[in-house]
Formats: sequence, structure tokens, C-alpha cells
Amino acid sequence: MVGRLAVSKTYKLYIDGAFPRSESGRTFAFTSDDGSVKVYLSRASRKDLRMAVRAARAALAGWKGRSGYNRGQVLYRIAEMVEDRAATFTAQLELGGRPTGEARKEVEETIDLLIWYAGWCDKYMQVIGNMNPVAGSFFNISVPEPVGVVGVSAPSAPVLRGLVAGLAPVISSGNTAVVVASPAQPMVAITLAEALATADVPAGAVNILTGCPEELAPWLAGHMDVNGVDLSGVHPDALSDLEEAASHNLKRTGRWENSDANLYRISAFTEIKTVWHPKGR
Amino acid sequence: MPPTDEVMVEERVAALSTRSIKREAKMWALRAAISMTDLTTLEGMDTKEKVRQLCHKAIRPDPTDASIPPVAAVCVYPNLVGTAAEVLGATSVRVAAVSTYFPSGQAPLDLKVAETRQVVADGADEVDMVIDRGAFLAGDYVKVFSEVATVREAAGDACLKVILETGELGSYDNVRRASMLAMAAGADFIKTSTGKVSPAATPAVTLVMLESIRDFHRSTGRAVGMKPAGGIGSAKQAIRWLVLLNETLGLEWMTPQRFRFGASSLLNDLLMQIRWLETERYQSPDYFTRA
Repeated sequence: MVGRLAVSKTYKLYIDGAFPRSESGRTFAFTSDDGSVKVYLSRASRKDLRMAVRAARAALAGWKGRSGYNRGQVLYRIAEMVEDRAATFTAQLELGGRPTGEARKEVEETIDLLIWYAGWCDKYMQVIGNMNPVAGSFFNISVPEPVGVVGVSAPSAPVLRGLVAGLAPVISSGNTAVVVASPAQPMVAITLAEALATADVPAGAVNILTGCPEELAPWLAGHMDVNGVDLSGVHPDALSDLEEAASHNLKRTGRWENSDANLYRISAFTEIKTVWHPKGR
Repeated sequence: MPPTDEVMVEERVAALSTRSIKREAKMWALRAAISMTDLTTLEGMDTKEKVRQLCHKAIRPDPTDASIPPVAAVCVYPNLVGTAAEVLGATSVRVAAVSTYFPSGQAPLDLKVAETRQVVADGADEVDMVIDRGAFLAGDYVKVFSEVATVREAAGDACLKVILETGELGSYDNVRRASMLAMAAGADFIKTSTGKVSPAATPAVTLVMLESIRDFHRSTGRAVGMKPAGGIGSAKQAIRWLVLLNETLGLEWMTPQRFRFGASSLLNDLLMQIRWLETERYQSPDYFTRA
């Protein structure tokens, strides 16, 4: 008798709510810290990135048109789905070299971070927006609005919490996102994609690409239909070139050194709209 | 007339659609496609302002790049021919008018003739007529032929494009038959569709029409143009059409005098692809003027 062969998962990309392989057919390998596990993942090309941006653009009107309250419900549901997969995430983080206790803690912190941003979805405008004092028979109101499609280059450590710390604030205000995952432990990004796909996140609102960030980041930063980029995951040496590429359409750029809960990561990818409104009477 | 081999038509179209076009040829094709475009607006809600705006777009498709050629023509409803002619008067862009009770063509012949005379008098350089598909499908080919011939005469010196509305003809054999009828009756161009019926211009139907043009040219010596119209929105599609054209009729047909695209959103996609090739940055419609 031969023992049963394990059926292992094929890790693919997450674009427009589906899980396609890279159009290029390329793969790259992830080897666990102790060398016991080797996994091949899709290596996204610039054309996959283009498709992801197209999907994010198409999903934008629907996602930002949701009420903040409803987006909060969806982010909460993402947290539920991550909690449900906590064991999987923990095991994958361990493969990346995290000690067991730390891995479990990172998953819990990730879930808490999602809950934190879920709460902000219908509240950030009250804090970031303002009723401005003006001398006249008008109200003058400033409200933050999502900038549009935002690219997120996720950091390598902490790999799961860092990705969510980039993604959650971007989508909480109504932006749609194209995330380039870190190759440090790329499987967690795709497991997260599976959580997103079952968490009422509309197709295209979040797209996740695995592969080589050095290859993809210039295309993302230069893409004229992307309105903002979180460059937290890129190498500091590459930063000035990417910011130059991002300047062609005046993208918002941001870079954070930690993955703490941070309201300003929401406001970084919003645009302030100020309106005058007659007082009436 | 020999029957059309449906399977081979679709096989050939599929084979040609996968051809890879390299950078230099792609740049040439994108610019050629712009110069072959009949920039079209055929909506019930068209206004003079919209047509004027479209005409300016036709003359200078990309305000930031003077090297982009103007389009071939602006195609409008009869009511707006005068407006288009005012703006386009001295330019190389021609005025095309749909006529003969577009899009249905269900009207008495004398009304169709009167409409055609009117659009030409108002300044149309080109007339896009529709055939009476009802008569064609009922087998009354004589009526279809004589209507085209009569409108041909009414159009005078104007270029006559005959719309077959292939989406309503039902078979490739009918497409070929209608193509031959229209060409024999004096069409300068044969055109696939009104854009009001789905499917509109498909590559397979275009191939059948191009082959009809080739056969007609071989037997009579007269060169007839081709105009696919409706549903061609992307530069990628347009390039596939040019591959079909080049493979079937050759370089002699790769000119606005013999090939046109009837389209509206296609123009901006062509401009976006040109700028992508020039800048190596993926483009956004936000940075191109609305047609």
C-alpha cells in the first residue's frame, strides 16, 4: 500500500475577484525558512498589473458609492474571514521563519487592525473633514473623498500585518487597491485574497499580485490610471525613481515605517473637497 | 455564387487574430487607423454643440500632439450635416451623412432619394445608405439593387457607402450576396453595420466582405472600399482588422480612400496606445479630450 498523496494548493494571483495564473506563465519559488517546504507561486507581469488596475478602476464607482457604514461591515467581515483562517496564516508565517508565538500574535494583531479600520469607515470624514468658519451667509464644508485607484507595495516584515496595514486604510475610505505582495512570504497574501473573496469584497475592489516587487513597482508608480501609491514595501534606494514616475499624474505617495493603526494612512489617500452651501432662512 | 465555407472563414480569422505585431508596425498601424476613422455620432440626443466638438476632435485628435493625423470623416445624421460642414469646410476631414432613413431603411424610395439629395446639398461629401433588409431577406434582390442604383445617382459625386447590416442577414452567403449586389449597383464602399444592431462588425463578416471585394475587383477591375462599423472600441481590435485587410486585399487597400473604421470610442484608445508606446507608461482616459 502506498500512502495517500497530499493535494497541495496552487497559489495564483487575485485579479477582478478571480484567481488567474500570470498571463506570462511565469512562476517563482518560495522556500520555507528550514528548507523543508518549497512552493511555486505565480510571478505577475506588467500585463497582469495592467489588468489589475483596469479591474480596480471598473470597481471604483461601486465601492466608493457604498455607504461608509456598509464598507465598515465588509471590513469587519474580512476580519471574520481572517480569524477563520488563523491557523493557516499562523502556519504560513511559521514557514517564513516566525516563531510560533509571534506568528499567532501577528495574525491576532492583523485581525484587530482590520476591526480598527472597519470602525473608521463611517467616521474618518467627521474627523478629517471640517465645518469651516466663514464670514457670510454660507456654510463652508470640507469633506475627504477617496482619490481613486491606489497601488500598495507591501513590506516584507511583518509580512501579513504589514500588507493589511497598507490595504485596510486605502479601501476603508472607498479607494480600490492593487497590492503587490512581498516575496518574503507570498503565500499569506494569496490566503488573504481567499479571505477577501469570501468576505463580500466586490470583484476588483482589491487585487493582489505576487512576484517581484522591483519588477512591478515602476509600472505601478508610472501608471497614469493609478491615483496614489503606498511605497512602504520598496527598497529605499528605489524610492526617488518611483516618486519621479508617480509625479507624471501627481499621484499621492506615502511610505510608512511601521504597521501600526494610523488614521493618517486613511487621509493620505483622500482628496479634500470643499463646498459652499447657502444657509437659507 | 459558390457557398461560403463557414468553418474556414472562422478558422482563418482566428489564425490571423493571433498574429503578433511588433512595435514599429504597431505604431504605423495606430496612426493609419486614426487616418481611416469615420468619427461617428448617431444618437437621438445629438446636438449642434456636440457635433461641433466632435469636428474639432476630428481635425486635431490630440491637442498635445500635432503629429497625429486628422481622421478621415465625421459621420452624422442628416439634420447635422450643415453644422459639420461649417466646421470642417476647409479641412481634409470629410462630412459623411447617414441617409435613406437610417437605420431601418423602411421608407418609400422617393423619400430616400429626397433625403440623399438634401444631405449632398447641405454639404455631405459622403453618403452612408442602408439597404432594405426586409426586401433582401424576402428575396427581392431587384428592389435592393435598383434602390442602391437610384440612390447612387441621387448622391451625385458624393462617395456612396452601402450599409448591409450584416447582423440581420443571417448567413455568410447572404453577406456575400448583398456585398456583390451593392458593388454591382455602384457602391464606392460596402459597410457592415449601422451600429444599432448586435452583432455589428465581426472579423468573420469583414473577411467575407473583403473577399467579395477582391473577387469583384478581379472580375470587373473596379476597386471598392470597406468600412467595418459598430463595436470596434479598442486599438487591439482595429489592428486585427488591418491584418485581415492586408492579408486579403494588400497594401493598396491600406488607405483612407479604400478602408474606414466607423467608430466613436476607438479614437481615444488609439491615442492612448500611441502615447503608451511613446512614454512606456500605461495611460488613463482622464488625460485625453472627450470625443
